[in-house]
Amino acid sequence: MKKLALTVNGKKYLLSPHPFSRLLDVLREDLKLTGTKEGCGEGECGACSVMLDGKLVNSCLVPVLQADGKQILTVEGLAKKYLTPIQESFLNCGGAQCGICTPGMLMAAYALNRNNKKPTQQEIREGLGGNLCRCTGYCQIIESVQKVGKTKPSTRKGKSRS
Amino acid sequence: MRAYLPDYQCSSANSLSEAFSFLEKGARPIAGGTDIMVLFDAGLLAPGDYVDILGISELKGITKKRNTLTLGALTTYSEVRQHKFLQTNFPILCESAKEVGAVAIQNRGTLGGNIANASPAADFPPALLVYEAKIHLVSSRGMRTIDYTKFHHGYKESELKKDELIHSVSLENHLSKHHHFWRKIGSRKAQAISKTMMAGVLKINKNVIEEVRISFGSVAPTAVRCTEVEKFLTGCPLNKNTIREAKQILLKDIHPIDDIRSTGKYRLAVSQNVLEEFLCGIG
Ligand SMILES: Cc1cc2nc3c(=O)[nH]c(=O)nc-3n(C[C@H](O)[C@H](O)[C@H](O)COP(=O)(O)OP(=O)(O)OC[C@H]3O[C@@H](n4cnc5c(N)ncnc54)[C@H](O)[C@@H]3O)c2cc1C
Ligand code: FES
Ligand code: FES
Repeated sequence: MKKLALTVNGKKYLLSPHPFSRLLDVLREDLKLTGTKEGCGEGECGACSVMLDGKLVNSCLVPVLQADGKQILTVEGLAKKYLTPIQESFLNCGGAQCGICTPGMLMAAYALNRNNKKPTQQEIREGLGGNLCRCTGYCQIIESVQKVGKTKPSTRKGKSRS
Repeated sequence: MRAYLPDYQCSSANSLSEAFSFLEKGARPIAGGTDIMVLFDAGLLAPGDYVDILGISELKGITKKRNTLTLGALTTYSEVRQHKFLQTNFPILCESAKEVGAVAIQNRGTLGGNIANASPAADFPPALLVYEAKIHLVSSRGMRTIDYTKFHHGYKESELKKDELIHSVSLENHLSKHHHFWRKIGSRKAQAISKTMMAGVLKINKNVIEEVRISFGSVAPTAVRCTEVEKFLTGCPLNKNTIREAKQILLKDIHPIDDIRSTGKYRLAVSQNVLEEFLCGIG
C-alpha cells in the first residue's frame, strides 16, 4: 500500500493504512491518539473534529488518503507546557461533564478563536453548531468560549502528545 | 464504521487527465467526501474504485472575467460564503452556503459534490436556478457547457456521464437592481437538511413586477423553477391580491411529498407562506 506522510501535532509519521480508512480510525487506532472521539460516524455530532491544514473538519468523513502530506492538529496537540486558555476556561466554567464531546468542542472553539478573538454569542453558537453535547445543555460551553483568556494564564501542566 | 474496507480502493488524481484515466476504468470521484463518507460509514456505499479529485487545481478557485464569475467544482461552502464579490452580487449563494451543515461540513463540502449528488434537498441548486447558471462538464472528450436548468433530469438523475466531471459553474452578473431572497426551513439552524427552501430574485418598477425568478428545493424530485408563478407575477402590480393569487398558482409548480423530514401538507403550506414572505418584503 502507498505510504502516506501525515504530520500530527507537529510530529511526522509515515504510514501505510488502507487509503479509504477514516482519518478518525488512523488517529485512534494506528497512532493511539484516542482524544478524538467517535460519536455518530456521519458528520452530525462533531466529536471527531480535528484541524486539517488549518481547517476544522470531521475526521470521520475524511478518507486518510486525503490527509497525505497534510498537517493535523488533534486535541492532544493543543496544550504545550500548560493548558491553553480554551482548556482552562472549559475547566473553570464547567464546560465539560462526561467529556465525550469535549475534544470536539475544544477543536471547534480553537478554530473559531483563531479567526475571531472576541466572538459574539451568536458567532459562538454558529462556530459550535456542528458539535452536540448531551450533558451540559450548552450554556456552560458557550460561557467557556466567551470567557477564553479572561482568567489568569493556566498553571495546570499540559500533557502534549503526538 | 460499517463498511468493509477491502471492498474499496481509492487513489488520488493530481490532474484532470489523471482523473479521466481512473474514471474510464470505472472509478467514481470523491471530492470533500461529505456525502460519500456518510454512506461509507453506514456501510451503504457501493463497493469498488474511487478517485480522489480534491488535489486537481484546474477544478479550484473563483475567478472573474468581465461580467462572468466562474466557480470551480471544488469550491467549498466556506470559500463561497467568504467571497466579497459573491456577497454583493450573488448573495443567495452566500446565504445558502452559510446554512449548510456547520463549519466543519462547510470547510469540506464542495459545489460540484452538492450538484453531482443530485439530492432534491441540496442547498445550492435553487440559487443556481434563479441565477441562471451555466454548468461546465469535462471529460477526455473535452468540455461541454449546458444551462443548469437542463442538468437535473429527475430524482438523482442528471446530465453527468460516468466518465465526466463537473468542471465549474458560471454566473452572469446583471442582477444589481434586483431584490435577492433566500429562505431555508429545517428543524434547526445547524446541520439541518431542509423541509422546503426558496430562492428568489425580483425587479420592481413603480410597484409593477418587471422581472421575477423563483425556485424551490425539497418539494419536487429536483429543485424547480416556478415558471407558472413567474409568468403570472410578471407585469402584475405588487399588492395583496397578487400575492394571494400567486400562492394558489404555486400549487402548479411544486409537488411536495411525505418523507422522513416532513409531510407534503406542511411543506406546501410553508412554501406558500415563504413565497408570501418574499413578496411582502419588497418595496
Ligand atoms: C452533517 C451534514 C450536514 C449536511 N448539511 C447539508 C445541507 O444543509 N445542505 C446541503 O445541501 N447539503 C448538506 N450536506 C451534504 C453535503 O455536505 C453536500 O452535498 C456537499 O456539497 C457534497 O460535496 P462533497 O465534495 O463533500 O461531495 P462528495 O461526498 O465527495 O461527493 C458527492 C457526490 O458527488 C460526486 N462528485 C463530487 N465532485 C464531483 C465532480 N466535480 N464531478 C462529478 N461528480 C462529483 C461524487 O462522485 C458523489 O457521487 C450535509 C452533509 C452532512 C454530513
Ligand atoms: S463522529 Fe464524526 S461527526 Fe460524529
Ligand atoms: S459533556 Fe457529556 S456530551 Fe458534552
